[in-house]
Amino acid sequence: MKEDTLRKLKILAESAKYDVSCSSSGTVRRGTKGGVGNTVGGVGICHSFAEDGRCISLLKVMLTNYCIYDCAYCINRRGNDIPRATLSVSELVELTMEFYKRNYIEGLFLSSGVVRNPDYTMERLVRVAKDLRTVHRFNGYIHLKSIPGASRELVNEAGLYADRMSVNIEIPNESSLKLLAPEKDHASVYRPMGYIQQGALESAEERKKHRHAPRFVPAGQSTQMIVGATGESDRDILSLSSALYGRPTMRRVYYSGYVAVNTYDPRLPALKLPPLVRENRLYQADWLMRFYQFRVEEIVDEAHPDLDLEVDPKLAWALRHPEQFPVDINRADYEMILRVPGIGVKSARLIVCSRRFGRLTGFDLKKMGCVMKRAQYFITCGELEAKGVNELHPEGVRSLLVRPKGRPKQPDGQLSFVFKEEPV
Amino acid sequence: MTHAAEEWVFAYDRTWESLLTAVFDAYALRRFPVAFIGEGEVAPLFVSVHRVVPDEEKAGRVFRTLQRKLSAGALTCLTSSLYAELPELDMPLFRYVCKAVKSARSIETNFADPDVLFVTNTYRNVRRERLRMMQFVRFQKTADGTYFSMIEPDYDVLPLIVPHFSDRFSEERWLIFDRRRRYGYYYADRRPVRVTFDDSAAIFRLPDGRLGEELRDADEGMYQELWRTYFKAICIKERLNPRKHRKDLPVRYWKYLTEKQR
Repeated sequence: MKEDTLRKLKILAESAKYDVSCSSSGTVRRGTKGGVGNTVGGVGICHSFAEDGRCISLLKVMLTNYCIYDCAYCINRRGNDIPRATLSVSELVELTMEFYKRNYIEGLFLSSGVVRNPDYTMERLVRVAKDLRTVHRFNGYIHLKSIPGASRELVNEAGLYADRMSVNIEIPNESSLKLLAPEKDHASVYRPMGYIQQGALESAEERKKHRHAPRFVPAGQSTQMIVGATGESDRDILSLSSALYGRPTMRRVYYSGYVAVNTYDPRLPALKLPPLVRENRLYQADWLMRFYQFRVEEIVDEAHPDLDLEVDPKLAWALRHPEQFPVDINRADYEMILRVPGIGVKSARLIVCSRRFGRLTGFDLKKMGCVMKRAQYFITCGELEAKGVNELHPEGVRSLLVRPKGRPKQPDGQLSFVFKEEPV
Repeated sequence: MTHAAEEWVFAYDRTWESLLTAVFDAYALRRFPVAFIGEGEVAPLFVSVHRVVPDEEKAGRVFRTLQRKLSAGALTCLTSSLYAELPELDMPLFRYVCKAVKSARSIETNFADPDVLFVTNTYRNVRRERLRMMQFVRFQKTADGTYFSMIEPDYDVLPLIVPHFSDRFSEERWLIFDRRRRYGYYYADRRPVRVTFDDSAAIFRLPDGRLGEELRDADEGMYQELWRTYFKAICIKERLNPRKHRKDLPVRYWKYLTEKQR
């Protein structure tokens, strides 16, 4: 079994790695007698970190990378000449259990290329989850991909075993999707999303009546969009995310900077490097919407359809709205303190708690973890007047905060000695 | 020449009970320490040393007062911060307890107070180390079916992760051993037991915690190889980011990580 499994695992992990989602959050389930595993909830546990800096929480693997579709952005498209493999259900189940018992992983993230038809593929995914849960009494995390076009019955069955399910939108704009993946449409994505949502809502309702009614996808669903493969602006992407977050059960939207896997396809841009900075800015904007109470129109609008790559979206918003500043740390609402660049959720909470005991000063803020380098231009805290964003003007603050190009940062981990001229 | 006031140093064994006793003694004897030293440490010159003898009665009285003044979460924060084993924590922790006892309302959210902030941050560091151990423990299956792992955490967090693993692997037998502090927890029959070994035990001769071929389960080598293969395969070469890699997975943990071993 060894050589063969090794080969298959390598092929199928390499095929699955472009899926971004990895989180093992959202469900709390204690261990059971006779079972294996639990899920801790909170932010989940990442067991390792790959050299590209992404975390490894779940065993992210495809059941098979054969596929009947020919989507231009996908490594596993029918037309690609890559090694193909298929794991059997029992092989994958055993692998998951053994990895889990060695504390390598938090659970399984299972996806698959579409073979024969969506229902056939989905059925095999469900069988893996079912085997794990019923035969091996596995209580760890299971994230199942819902295959676009799968039937409602199968999605409903999958939801009983999975903690989280996801369907990838991939391309935010339907016309671009049609261009890159002629065999797919948005309806085939939104339909299973609807099934998952409905199943979860029904189960929640049911559980109000009967405490032991089965849970359905307790950690909700997620989705993913590819960034930089097509011409969408950040405004298109973020508006769609915002709409998705408005739906119940949608927990996460992931953004995947397009890695040029199919360079020969003329429909795709020839990128040397994936758009990592843009991807990062999108995540920051996503965080603003989820944790900082920003609306999407505040982050991107008609005049600024794309995010500023030089400064983060929160700072960009603050620079566009100097009239909102300075914020008095000792008086302002929590919501307003959250909007100060350099102050995050954690520090904002600390500030609101601590100021009941006495006035806070810049020194206190610094010790609490606020990034004063950015925050200093946007706050007052009862100290000597410093020059803020209104005195220096947004452009001035911007030039102070954006590192001038061409002066490389001191390399990390390198000792350096600075000799100062001492006056004699 | 006479001293204006005598300066006191408290010697204690860095346990929660002793700390509470120290608070009791300080108020009872009206001697407030300028510093703490651990058991057996040499006291600084020109000070008087008061040896704190842990006393359940005294500690209990202080603790019940604390319970009235602080929330359960803050109490956990105080008790868990001790796992950091930091000598510089002694004074802030002592002052925190004194302030909490004196104050009419809870001081736990006053993060402008340096002692509260320091204790809270220490607690956070302990929690982070605990999470890291939950992440980075790697079990090897031994020939008799026990799962074995060696760790070397920065703080003494092993007792804090035992409940997690007891819940997670409740049907297995496992042993997690802290090499630096020379003790471990062995879990069998749904019960974790604290264990230590003689200095001559084979466990101290495993430089990177790896079991030899003869001690391992027959398939152990294969699964380790599979995991290493997976670890390499999942990385996207176009996105290599060694700085972030080392930040999330600090090099000091690599020694015991299966995927980083060769």
